[in-house]
Amino acid sequence: MAIKGKAWKFGDDVNTDEIIPARYLITTDPKELAKHVMEDIDPEFPNKVQPGDIIVAGKNFGCGSSREHAPLALKGAEIGAIIAESFARIFYRNAINLGLPIIESPEIAKETDEGSILEIDLAEGIVRNVTKGKEYKIKPLPESLQKVMEAGGLMDYAKDKLQGK
Amino acid sequence: MGMTLTEKILAEHAGRDFVEAGELVNVKVDLAIANDITAPLAIRQLEKYGIDKVHDPEKIALVMDHFFPPKDIMSAQQIKISRDFAKKMGIKNYFEGQDSGVMHTVLPEKGFIVPGDLVIGADSHTCTYGALGAFSTGVGSTDIAYIFATGETWLKVPETMKFTFYGKPQRWVGGKDFVLSVIGEIGVDGALYRAMEYHGEAIKELDVENRLTITNMAIEAGGKNAIMEPDEKVFEWLKQRTNKPLRMIQADKDAKYCCEYEFDASKIEPVVAAPNLPSNVKPVTEVAGRPINQVFIGSCTNGRMSDLRIAAHILKGRKVHPDVRCIVIPASDQIYKQALHEGLLEILADAGCLISTSTCGPCLGGHMGILAEGEVAVSTSNRNFTGRMGHPNSEVYLAGPAVAAASAVLGRIAHPDEVVGTKAEALV
Repeated sequence: MAIKGKAWKFGDDVNTDEIIPARYLITTDPKELAKHVMEDIDPEFPNKVQPGDIIVAGKNFGCGSSREHAPLALKGAEIGAIIAESFARIFYRNAINLGLPIIESPEIAKETDEGSILEIDLAEGIVRNVTKGKEYKIKPLPESLQKVMEAGGLMDYAKDKLQGK
Repeated sequence: MGMTLTEKILAEHAGRDFVEAGELVNVKVDLAIANDITAPLAIRQLEKYGIDKVHDPEKIALVMDHFFPPKDIMSAQQIKISRDFAKKMGIKNYFEGQDSGVMHTVLPEKGFIVPGDLVIGADSHTCTYGALGAFSTGVGSTDIAYIFATGETWLKVPETMKFTFYGKPQRWVGGKDFVLSVIGEIGVDGALYRAMEYHGEAIKELDVENRLTITNMAIEAGGKNAIMEPDEKVFEWLKQRTNKPLRMIQADKDAKYCCEYEFDASKIEPVVAAPNLPSNVKPVTEVAGRPINQVFIGSCTNGRMSDLRIAAHILKGRKVHPDVRCIVIPASDQIYKQALHEGLLEILADAGCLISTSTCGPCLGGHMGILAEGEVAVSTSNRNFTGRMGHPNSEVYLAGPAVAAASAVLGRIAHPDEVVGTKAEALV
């Protein structure tokens, strides 16, 4: 799965109230949620972001509320992946469960500039900063989580078991 | 080698004699819970994959609390989806409208959780139940959908941090000041992926409600869960609420902790967490004087009887400052009735407080008290992130009920002694 897009930089402790404010949690429609993604940090973000773009953030990305609407809003905006120095625990699970690629790498997060073009090859475990001409090797997810991600999320991964087949 | 409280409960629920930090384990879940925001998304996942029955309806509880009573048509629809699902799946533990309230207050007060239980909730403050000696943690909607369908989930056994509180607290200092002091010390990711185990005489001295306030805010330090050894106070509290067998569970003497912190409770002052992070903790005296527009006393953190008693103690015979709307929301219908019975609601209403039916409401900027641009609130809730209670340029100071009530009277952030004087009885 190749992912390529422009980097949008965010700071530390981006919380799920900022990713999708509670006032919009009256729907579960990803496209509707995407209209407001990150708007309390940058009101123009929902208009500026393009499919495949990559969020690059500091530590503890996705902290706070357990709302899965946060990764769902990012999916609705067709964000290609999120790279952060670290992720909050619940957001990390939610993103994998929805098949939204997340990469924990302080090195990439620190060295990437806003607007840089990044290319991610999850199968190879490589992130390329096309703008800077630099390549990074990334640590793969634990095997069991890798399988969930490859299946496109927890429900697809477990559907035979869930459907009693 | 021994096990921590968290490791013991995870081992039991994984059918193992021993687990250690770092392992991935599959565990049986005693109770899986969701609310009016997270349940509809879980239900959508189950329906999308054609899953038309749950593993065990007795082990599921749904509580409508965030946008309850429904604030608009869309939120009414979400609640209806949840109610229809509960009926269809035979989930009896569905709560809305009466004998209900804020989930993390309602479920303990109904005796749903006992020591040694493993509870998973599609709500980040599910960590609250650790004060009763249970392992409990928050997840998202897809995880909870999977648990509804299978009765189990995977967890990574977390490292455990040990926090010990000793000494006698100063007047006005309660569970909120304890936990904010911890978060101020270790930061909003200081317990990331970790368990927080609380010990010490100063914890044992606290009542169950103040302990629930402490475990409630584990997530604000990034923690997976917080937990305390149950004692006689917990057993007495639970005996009034359940007939389930109650058992002691303790950490082993040779349990392994990744780090240990000690706090002298006598040195802790009433504190606030200033905008925009719960870790931005300062003694209230440092920010006293900042004019405010709203006070909120409520939420799963501080909306229980002891909180309302303190608020009423300070507000009795006094008036809320004319520039302030002081919103008081008992965190459950039972608490509402008890506060009515004790005369607290009359005291608060006479003081000019606005008293609402139970809801999460303003805590998450949902409804019932939203902040305009530039407005400042003192809130007994748990988060003060950008835009949490309203406009992105509004500000929230988190505090315990004593500081909140005192600030309501003076129209500015205030130490309770400024209102009642240093000679009056403190109640805490």
